[in-house]
Amino acid sequence: MGHVFTIAWKDLRSELRTKESINAAAAFSMVILVLFSFVLDIAGDAREFGGGLLWLVFAFAGALVLNRSFAREQSNDCLDALVASPLPGWSLFLGKAIANFALLGIVELVALPVFGVLFNANWLRFPLWTLITCALATWGMTVIGTMFSALTVNLRLRELMLPVLVYPMLIPVLMAAMQLTTALLGGEGVAGDDWVWVKLLIGFDIIFTSLSLALIDVILVS
Amino acid sequence: MSEAALDVRAVWKYFGDYPALRAVTIGVARGECLAMLGRNGAGKTTLLKILAGLSAASQGEVSVFGAQGNSVDARRKTGVLGHGIGIYDELTARENLELFGKIYGLADPCRSAMAWLERVDLKHVADARAREFSRGMRQRLAVARAFIHEPSLLLLDEPFTALDDRSIALLQRLLAERLEAGATVVMSTHQLREAMELATHWALLVRGKLVHKDSRTPEILSDPTWVYRNYGEDS
Amino acid sequence: MKNKILMGLALASGVYLVRNLYIILLQLPDEAAQGAIYRIMYFHVPGWITSFTAYFLAAVASVWYLVKRDPKADEYAVALTEVGTIFTMLGLATGMVWARIIWGVWWVWDPRLTWAFICFLIYAGYLMLRKTVDEPGQRGRIAAVVSLFAFVSVIITYKSIDWWRTQHPGAVLSFRTGGEQRIDPAMEGMLFHNWFALTAFAGVIMMLRLGQERMQRELDALRRYTHSL
Repeated sequence: MGHVFTIAWKDLRSELRTKESINAAAAFSMVILVLFSFVLDIAGDAREFGGGLLWLVFAFAGALVLNRSFAREQSNDCLDALVASPLPGWSLFLGKAIANFALLGIVELVALPVFGVLFNANWLRFPLWTLITCALATWGMTVIGTMFSALTVNLRLRELMLPVLVYPMLIPVLMAAMQLTTALLGGEGVAGDDWVWVKLLIGFDIIFTSLSLALIDVILVS
Repeated sequence: MSEAALDVRAVWKYFGDYPALRAVTIGVARGECLAMLGRNGAGKTTLLKILAGLSAASQGEVSVFGAQGNSVDARRKTGVLGHGIGIYDELTARENLELFGKIYGLADPCRSAMAWLERVDLKHVADARAREFSRGMRQRLAVARAFIHEPSLLLLDEPFTALDDRSIALLQRLLAERLEAGATVVMSTHQLREAMELATHWALLVRGKLVHKDSRTPEILSDPTWVYRNYGEDS
Repeated sequence: MKNKILMGLALASGVYLVRNLYIILLQLPDEAAQGAIYRIMYFHVPGWITSFTAYFLAAVASVWYLVKRDPKADEYAVALTEVGTIFTMLGLATGMVWARIIWGVWWVWDPRLTWAFICFLIYAGYLMLRKTVDEPGQRGRIAAVVSLFAFVSVIITYKSIDWWRTQHPGAVLSFRTGGEQRIDPAMEGMLFHNWFALTAFAGVIMMLRLGQERMQRELDALRRYTHSL
């Protein structure tokens, strides 16, 4: 288990030194927020569409970070060095997923206040639920993104295939997160009908984390 | 010493329906230094990848030090130097070695890292990022990474290609040391001269088949192309 | 011999489909609430059943491939997924036509339709992915993993009727409602008839596809061999 954090720390350290994908993701999220502001009438619609908009921003910006995950191992054939080592495949996957989760979290922490300001949305009203929603949904995105990053790392058209494969798989997570966030931003909190979405997020996370851990070795050894 | 270091039995590797390796059977005893020869596309890299656990054989068995080919135990004892150097550009030289030291289960990765940096003459740039290094320095760091856990088995894929003279001398020195300590070395190579100086045995692969394996003789040392002329496809 | 069987099956399923079409269009009465357009259901519902079955079998073939690494398993997986995708497109098309007539719009974003569209996107991605990998072993492995991930989404689609309120018509087939007879027996019978016909048709497509994959595999191997000479 210690190796999981060794890998996570390695990825985090590499990324935080260059800040390449984090800067790109943060900048991109700002751009999308501005673009969407032309579409929505801020006064009325932010309540209704704010939740949806926010997670679209996170999904698009997050893809930039997730794509790099295994791609960064490609230069210098570092992936071969790791796979040939005694490090188990699941350790490698989990370490990378944790690092990606942290990086996505940073992007979200940057985007949320800006979103709050630009769209007059109070996202601090239910801090615990907001945190839980973001954590569950972000982990869902991370697991799928990291797994598919590993899957596509050796492909010719990696940059094209990753979004094509990942976004449809993320739709359930995004739907649930959007519904919950809309409820939270609208001031009602999580009640009644919304529990289905929470359960969906938890189920999604558990199922796909297990599936990824089980199948990662198939992907890594050719 | 009865246990062979490597025991490869009737290994086939298919890419689709095309066999890259055909019924390869070879044994490598402990302490041997085997030079794998063959043209490009003969299957040398494919075989090395299978031995390193990067690839799985389609058929046949591979055992490393008596244990199943891909076991954690086997990997811990194996050092791999492939075509790519396996070094993280964003980490410092020290961090790179510490990372691999930890992964390979060294007791004191930090101390081993510093010791090896000194051995490959990179101590003065221990805290500089690998991306700033010259090519020769990166190669030496890669060598340190492969050797840091004092592996009992070394798998090297064309190690002398694209190395500068200093690095070649360093690698030869380190390999000789490891061989003296009882390690086993398997290296594929086109650089016959450098490899044959260290090799105790040689094996020739032709289109995926192991054509011959023998011990190195004085004739080969003085004329390495002898192997190709006598056993290769044109013979 | 194999070709003769294939031709025979194709002919039989063709005849069966034509016979069903005749009964559907000319003999069965209009449905009480929906009028004539309900007949599209005879293709829509069996189409979906065939599609999901194909995806399920593709997932099974993928597991088989991962366990045995048998190239035939991969051939089955791709053939089944293609069949499934064809019938998904048929299901979406027929559903849209029905929706236009009954609800007045071509599309609604209710959970079931949304999930159906997601299925299409996911498996279309699978098929695209296969095209980008040249090496058959790698292609088989990667595709098998994606197929398993994809199938989990398909399961969620199937379950969605139970989880969310939906505008899509609820369960009417007797085996779904637990024996309660909500639908005219003649209509239900025809649904099953058409399901058999469509499945037979799907089988024909699959066999053609399998034959293609096998030939492609041989060609690839020969090509590699000549390159190496």
